[in-house]
Order: sequence, then C-alpha cells, then structure tokens
Amino acid sequence: MSVSKSNERLIQWTFALCGAVSIFVTLGIFAVLFWETFHFFQEVPLGAFLFGTKWTPLFVQKQFGILPLISGTLLIALIAMIIALPLGISIAIFLREYASSHLRRTLKPILEILAGIPTIVYGYFALLTVTPFLQKVIPELAGFNALSPGIVMGIMILPLSVSLSDDAIHAVPEHLRMGAYALGAKRLEVVFRVVLPAAMSGIVSAGILSISRAIGETMLVTIAAGMRPLLTLNPLGPVQTITAYIVQVSLGDTPTGTLEYSSIFAVATVLFLCTFFLNTIAQRLRQSFQHMYA
Amino acid sequence: MKQITLDIRSLHVYYDSFHAVNNVSMTILEHTITSIIGPSGCGKSSFLRVMNRMNDLVPHARIMGEVLFRGANIYAKDMCEIELRRRIGMVFQKPNPFPFSIFDNVAFGLRIQKKHNKTFLRERVEESLRRAALWDEVYDRLHQSALELSGGQQQRLCIARALAIYPDILLMDEPCASLDPKATKRIEELLEKLKEEITIVIVTHNMQQARRISDYVAFFHTGELVEWGTSEDIFDHPQKQLTKEYTQGLFG
Ligand SMILES: Nc1ncnc2c1ncn2[C@@H]1O[C@H](COP(=O)(O)OP(=O)(O)OP(=O)(O)O)[C@@H](O)[C@H]1O
Ligand SMILES: [Mg+2]
Repeated sequence: MSVSKSNERLIQWTFALCGAVSIFVTLGIFAVLFWETFHFFQEVPLGAFLFGTKWTPLFVQKQFGILPLISGTLLIALIAMIIALPLGISIAIFLREYASSHLRRTLKPILEILAGIPTIVYGYFALLTVTPFLQKVIPELAGFNALSPGIVMGIMILPLSVSLSDDAIHAVPEHLRMGAYALGAKRLEVVFRVVLPAAMSGIVSAGILSISRAIGETMLVTIAAGMRPLLTLNPLGPVQTITAYIVQVSLGDTPTGTLEYSSIFAVATVLFLCTFFLNTIAQRLRQSFQHMYA
Repeated sequence: MKQITLDIRSLHVYYDSFHAVNNVSMTILEHTITSIIGPSGCGKSSFLRVMNRMNDLVPHARIMGEVLFRGANIYAKDMCEIELRRRIGMVFQKPNPFPFSIFDNVAFGLRIQKKHNKTFLRERVEESLRRAALWDEVYDRLHQSALELSGGQQQRLCIARALAIYPDILLMDEPCASLDPKATKRIEELLEKLKEEITIVIVTHNMQQARRISDYVAFFHTGELVEWGTSEDIFDHPQKQLTKEYTQGLFG
C-alpha cells in the first residue's frame, strides 16, 4: 500500500519536473530573444527598422530596414498559398465528398509521404529540378528566385492544407447535407452551396495556419531563393526571407555582441509575433467553428 | 373519395443482408396525415426514406418492391430522384437549418432551381414562413442567422424551407422528438392546417400525438407492417393483439 503510494508520488514528481523543464526552456528562449532584441533597438530606431527599405547589415554602410525581408517572406508565402490552398481544398473535397472509401484509404498515405520528405530535399528539388524546368518556359527567370521555392513550398505544405481543410469539411454535420439533398439539391450543389459555406471559417483557419507554416519555413528558401534582400514583388528574381537571413548570419562568422548578431533576434521576434498572431486568429476561428456545430 | 398519392407494394429494404423492412404494402391518401408508429428499430425511418429516395444516399441500402407516386414507379429508370425530392419533401428529427440567414434557408430550394428573382423570392419566403406559422416571430430579423432561433423555431423553419418549393407530400421523421410540449403543440396545429394543401406522412413515438393528429395510422414491428387503418381502427378497435399492446403502452 505505502509502496504503491510512494511510487505514485514519484511518478507525479517526474511528470511535474518534465512539465517544469519545458516551461523553463520556453521562458529561457523568450528571455534571450527579447533581451537581444532590446539590445538591437538601443542602437537602431524602431521606425528605421520597421519602415526602412534597405537591409544591408553585412555591408560597411549598415542599414536595418526590414521591409525587404518581409516582402521576400510574404512573396514566397503568397506563391505557396496560391498553390496549396485551392489544391488543398479541392483535394479535401474530393476525398470527403466524391472518393470511395477505398480510394481515400489509398490517397491519404501518399499525402502523408509528401509530409515526411525532409525539407532540404524540397530545397534541392526546387533549385536543381523546378528552376531549370521553369527557365525553359520563362527564360528571364534567375537561377535563384522566389517563384520556384514558392511553388515547391506550396507542394510541401499541401498535406497540411489538405488535412486541415478535410477536418473542416468533415466537421460539417451529415444532417446538413441530408437537408440539402431532401430539397432536391444535386451533389455539386450540396458541396458548393452547403458544405463549403458551412465549413468556411474552418477553411479560413486552415489557410491561416498554412500561411503561418509557410513564413516559418527555412531550409527550402535558404537553398533556392537566393540571399538578396530586395524590396520587390517580382517572383522571377532572387529574394531573401527572414528565416534565410537568420541562417545566413548564424552560419557566418559574425561575432556575438555585434549589431548584425543581435539583428537576427530582432527579425526573429518579428517572425514570432507574426506566427503567434496568425495562429491565435486561426485558433479563434476554429473554436467559433466547432462551437457552431457543437 | 380521396386520391391515392403513394401506393407502396411489397416493399423490402435491406442494409447488406439485414432485412430492415419486410414486405410492406399500404397506400397514402391525398390530404391526409398518416402516422407511422412502432418500437425503436422497427424500420420506420427506413420506410420513410424510401418514398423520396433518400435511401439512395445510404451506403449498402437496397430496396425491392414498388412505390408508385401518382401511378409512376419512383424507382423506374426514367424517374429523376432530384425531381422526386422536390415533389416529396422531408423534415428530420433534429432541426437542421443551414448556417445561413433565415431568408437564405427558406430560399435555398428555390435558388437551386435557378429562381433568383428578388421579388419572387421575397414573396415566396414570406408565404412559406406564414404557412409554417413562423412569420410573426421572425419577420423583422430575416437576415439573422437561423442558428440563433430556438429549437422549435428552427424546426418550423425547416418546415418552411420544405414548403417553399411546393411539395405535394411532406415526410416527417419524428419532427417533435427534440422539442418541448409547447413547441410540439404548435407543430401539431400547423400540420392540421397544412393537410388541406399537402399530404403528410409522419413518424412518431408519441401515441397521444399520433392519436391527435392522424387520419391513418400504420403500426410497424420488426420490419413488418402489422396493421394499418384509420386512427380509430388502430387505437380503438385493433385487429391484432400486438397492436393493442403497443398502443396501450405495454411495450415500446
Ligand atoms: N444505414 C444503415 N445501415 C445498416 N443498418 C441500418 C441502417 N439504418 C438503419 N439500420 C437498421 O435497420 C433497422 C431499422 O432502422 P430504422 O432507422 O429504420 O428504425 P426506426 O424504426 O426508425 O427506429 P427509431 O425509432 O429508433 O428511429 C435497425 O435495426 C437499424 O439498426
Ligand atoms: Mg427512426
């Protein structure tokens, strides 16, 4: 009796410790992030950082305007979304509303394989396969560009986009479909006039989570997008994303304590705030969606 | 003499090999309310879903026998189930309004028939809501979400939605099961009025309700139609012992 009781105590404490460790690690990350960011802003004014159009931290003439990194990040995320969202929603609709259960069971694992490929493989696929192929169609496409990693990123986050859209479509109760059929609706009408509108907030939430994933993606854009922080929306030329910049500085021989060094924490904070904001909105939408049919 | 609207002949329903409805023959007369009663799992819903071919949507469901709607076999090759469901509407046990506005709910069936004229829609929506005795409660908030209505209001909205496309028959599967007695009473009054215009087939577990509203009653048990006849026949002079026991509440 007492043995099992003390055992239980031990287990409890072990779990509490594990929980505490993860909380402290998270807090530690925040502390470092914000501390270095604070350092950075003691030397660079916030306005120049947020609205500056030149990002040249590694030049002699250092300028820290984050807009080029933001435009690079958003451009690639946008291209990825143009691929991943329509395709993801269509595949989800097909799987849920049209495919036989046999076909669904075959297709889902294939999508999961897509999700299991290491991102570095996608990076080289973009650089060495997709870019040369696209150059045949668009001769003015640069070797490093936003378009190719954008497209490949779209394929990469397709499994996420499918599975989140699928959740949203699946959450639409069957009795709504039946109600529409009973009014003489055809299958296509049931899908487009009832299921999709009813799943809309869930699908929007899926889209936002996919964007959040896209702007945090690192390896693919580091390899295939070039390292040129240009304030541009031209998909044919090179760009640099926030994540790629962080990689560049981390891999280089930038000494700690310098302004370049703390700049990666400043941009990381921006990235964190963006994804945090997006995830929070997505979470809210999901809750209101689930609440609607609870 | 009332016309026969639905003529059901030796109907069987199977789910895979499970025999859910066994050799049922009966008729539904125009402008009457026919109640389907019987213990849970006896095949009432299965039977009802055959009449507007909602059973087509149930996986593994198979039917045998004939259902004639005004003389035409609804399972004939040239019968379009979409068209049929527009003539034979259905109201479900759980109110299932779409997550749209009240107006868009009622207009749904018209819009999918490509009827988009604004004045026409407005008039038909109002008329349908009046027929479903809901207009007075919602006329000033037609563009609010239907999900904000109470359960009883939602069910009447579903009735209005079905009525909007002028069906000849309304099939109702325990429409009052999730409603309180007051909302139930409103729906019963509504059905009394509606039967002057349309034919109603209603599944119910509530003996008092069946007795109050129906002209005809059909008693099902383990997939078989035990007995059917006028409300009086079934409740006051049942031919079969089983019917008597069930209607007196001796089993359920
Ligand atoms: N889709 C289905 N697949 C397999 N079996 C089914 C299906 N639908 C119903 N059944 C079975 O058929 C029988 C009749 O079901 P049905 O729903 O018609 O009964 P019911 O009389 O409406 O019952 P209740 O009063 O509980 O609604 C039941 O035994 C049920 O388990
Ligand atoms: Mg039933």
